[in-house]
Amino acid sequence: MATEAAHGHDQQWLVHHQYEDYEQQSESYIVGMWAFLVTEIMFFGALFLAYVLYRWQYQPEFYLIHKDLDWVMGGINTTVLLFSSLAVALAVRCAMLQDRKGVLGWLTVTQLCAAGFLVIKYFEWSHKYHKGVWLGEGFKWGEGVTKYAQDVSANTAQLFYSLYYCMTGLHGFHVVIGIIVIGILMRMWFKNNPLVTKDYVPTELVGLYWHFVDLVWIFLYPLFYLMPR
Amino acid sequence: MSAVDIRTEEAPRHAPQPSYLQNGHTIKSWLLTGDHKRIAILYLISTGFFFFLGSIAAGAIRWQLTSPRGELMTLEVYNKMFSAHGVIMVFMFLVPTIPAVLGNFLVPIMIGARDLAFPRLNLASWYMYMVGGVLILVAMAMGGVDTGWTFYTPYSSIYSSSQVSLTLVGAFIVGFSSIFTGLNFIVTIHKMRAPGMTWDRLPLYIWSHYATSIIIILATPVVAITLLCVVLERAFRIGIFSPELGGDPVLFQHLFWFYSHPAVYIMVLPGMGIISELMSAFSRKPVFGYKFIAGSSLAIAAIGFLVWGHHMFVSSQSMYQGLVFSLLSFVVAVPSAIKVFNWTATMWKGSVRLQTPMIYALCFMGLFVVGGLTGLYLSTLATDVHLTATYFVVAHFHYVMVGGTILAYLGGLHFWWPKMTGRMYPDSWGKLSAIIIFVGFNLTFFPQFILGFLGMPRRYATYALAPQFQFYHILSTAGATVLGIGFLIPLFYLSWSLKHGPKAGKNPWGAKGLEWTVDSPPITTNFYETPIVDRPVYDYDPEEEERQFQIELDAEREMREKLAATRGGQD
Ligand code: HEM
Ligand SMILES: [Cu+2]
Repeated sequence: MATEAAHGHDQQWLVHHQYEDYEQQSESYIVGMWAFLVTEIMFFGALFLAYVLYRWQYQPEFYLIHKDLDWVMGGINTTVLLFSSLAVALAVRCAMLQDRKGVLGWLTVTQLCAAGFLVIKYFEWSHKYHKGVWLGEGFKWGEGVTKYAQDVSANTAQLFYSLYYCMTGLHGFHVVIGIIVIGILMRMWFKNNPLVTKDYVPTELVGLYWHFVDLVWIFLYPLFYLMPR
Repeated sequence: MSAVDIRTEEAPRHAPQPSYLQNGHTIKSWLLTGDHKRIAILYLISTGFFFFLGSIAAGAIRWQLTSPRGELMTLEVYNKMFSAHGVIMVFMFLVPTIPAVLGNFLVPIMIGARDLAFPRLNLASWYMYMVGGVLILVAMAMGGVDTGWTFYTPYSSIYSSSQVSLTLVGAFIVGFSSIFTGLNFIVTIHKMRAPGMTWDRLPLYIWSHYATSIIIILATPVVAITLLCVVLERAFRIGIFSPELGGDPVLFQHLFWFYSHPAVYIMVLPGMGIISELMSAFSRKPVFGYKFIAGSSLAIAAIGFLVWGHHMFVSSQSMYQGLVFSLLSFVVAVPSAIKVFNWTATMWKGSVRLQTPMIYALCFMGLFVVGGLTGLYLSTLATDVHLTATYFVVAHFHYVMVGGTILAYLGGLHFWWPKMTGRMYPDSWGKLSAIIIFVGFNLTFFPQFILGFLGMPRRYATYALAPQFQFYHILSTAGATVLGIGFLIPLFYLSWSLKHGPKAGKNPWGAKGLEWTVDSPPITTNFYETPIVDRPVYDYDPEEEERQFQIELDAEREMREKLAATRGGQD
């Protein structure tokens, strides 16, 4: 869908009919992505607000409950995600240089990290599930829970875990979406689709999204796993 | 405004292309279109459908209240009826309608673009709207909700056994359709303006859509996640709003109004944009205080985020919080007032033409002023304690939402109808409908101020203990009947005009603005070539216009006299 009026720009054929030229299109994409990330911030924001309120209200209890979370697992996950962000950044750089092999390589690393993150999350969650620390009528609190945490009432524990599951769950959902989107992007690179090989912007957009997902976790990790007394 | 003088329809320099209506006739060419104008038409039909459903619910409510014991429904059905009315009207009509119909159609044309930045996202927005709408309707078919459109916890999360979850999922999805529209407008307005279309040449309509879009993308995600948390609470007993687990049900109200107060500006700001256009076009005068009106839109968007607590004066928030929210609510009325004063000043010494869209705009002014000023009664702590949750609030928000948003929408629809369809409707019928709506509206809702002041609570199905209220309720129901008729009349003559209306031509009103330089109806890409803007916005000369107008009037009078003379001769 190129416009008739080619300005002699070699990327003009990439331009959709509503845009004048390649610059306008690229800038629109990038502004659009940033606006989307703003909506994402507000989306998570409401949950962060709820977190702040209840942490404020129940700080001593939350402190005891949080000892039941495995900060090592969480820490590994943080490292894994940070590394995946680096990989995506390098993939974007390769895309700018039109280095197809580089892009595919770094995106593969990203995907492995993302999958690793989800596997670790799966172990964490299923461990909790087996202990009965799971949302719903059957929420069990006591047996199998870390020593200090046992002293807290089951209701407050369930409130803590409501926040925990909602926020890490919503984040996990974003990781899954990221895996799908990066998968599609890799496929396009693999097939040598000129929409991505001749234009780095789509890769950059996916990169922006992935950095955002990463950033959310950077906040979630200390808030849940590393509470001060 | 553009390089081409829009008054003289010069010979086209390009081979004519088919209009957007003619460019493809299959159903598929509509349902898979990326054309912002076709998507606008899809939205026009679907929002119109939901408006019709919502109105039927309103009719049922008014019928019920004609007698103190309730005429029509059981208490439970009544609860579901007003909830259905609120949910449909707010989420399915008032929030989307102006941006998605008139905004979609006009934003690209007014800034000289061929389409919105993301046509497929635009289409996705319509599909989200439809999916959400269908879910809400399915929920209603399965029994409906009885929580009101506000879904307050813990009633909605713990106690109500109606179809809350499904309705909320529907509203959640509709929220995304709104976000998509807002996102598209922001990018389009930033990046797609034609050469020369600088920020200070943007029509005020664009400014208000810009402000609206900012509110949409900042506020809608918050209510989306909030509604989702209620669904999760019903499904998995998560405790964020659950007092049983130490959660705070009032937090729901905070989050809900953090969206829903700004949402009232999502509803009314685009309407204000329409009024700015109408006032200028039908006074043939540049808008008075362009910068102030543009700035006030942004001010409303900003301050509108800081006043949500005025819905919660009696909900256990602290006195000091109430004080601050009260003060800020007074502040947010200032930019609205600036607009009203500037519109009034725009008419001053203009060459005013009382055609249908202008009549609607004038009706808007009257009703919006009443709605806005009564907002101040409600923002005053002491009076609100008396008036909250009474019919006074109901009357207030109907004055701003029906008198404001819907009248502006109708005014805009009548203004741009010739552009959208290429046909004119009969002006006298248009004026008649506007006046019937104005009268019917006041008859419906003015008595509700009195009712509320006297203490009639909102959302009650009966008032058997206060039969003296019946008089006002009957007035209100009678008014609603008139109002309903007023809304039906445009449906008829506008449909009639589609086939039989006279051809409109590019610029039937003699208005300025890029949209009046393109064909009616426009071609798919709007412009044959990208326009270059080299004039200020609202480039009218009221004195010259008035001279022309007088000449036309004289000519018309002469004609009439001659006609009368010849008739007289025949007798
Ligand atoms: C001029 C500035 C305005 C002020 C100061 C204002 C103030 C208020 C206040 C204080 C309330 C709460 C009353 C109560 O529940 O006790 C209220 C309710 C309401 N207002 Fe306004 N308002 C203004 C403009 C608007 C506009 C422009 C709209 C919509 C287009 C609007 C729509 C509503 C709605 C829908 C409610 C009731 C919500 C509910 O409880 O269901 N208001 N207003
Ligand atoms: Cu409000």
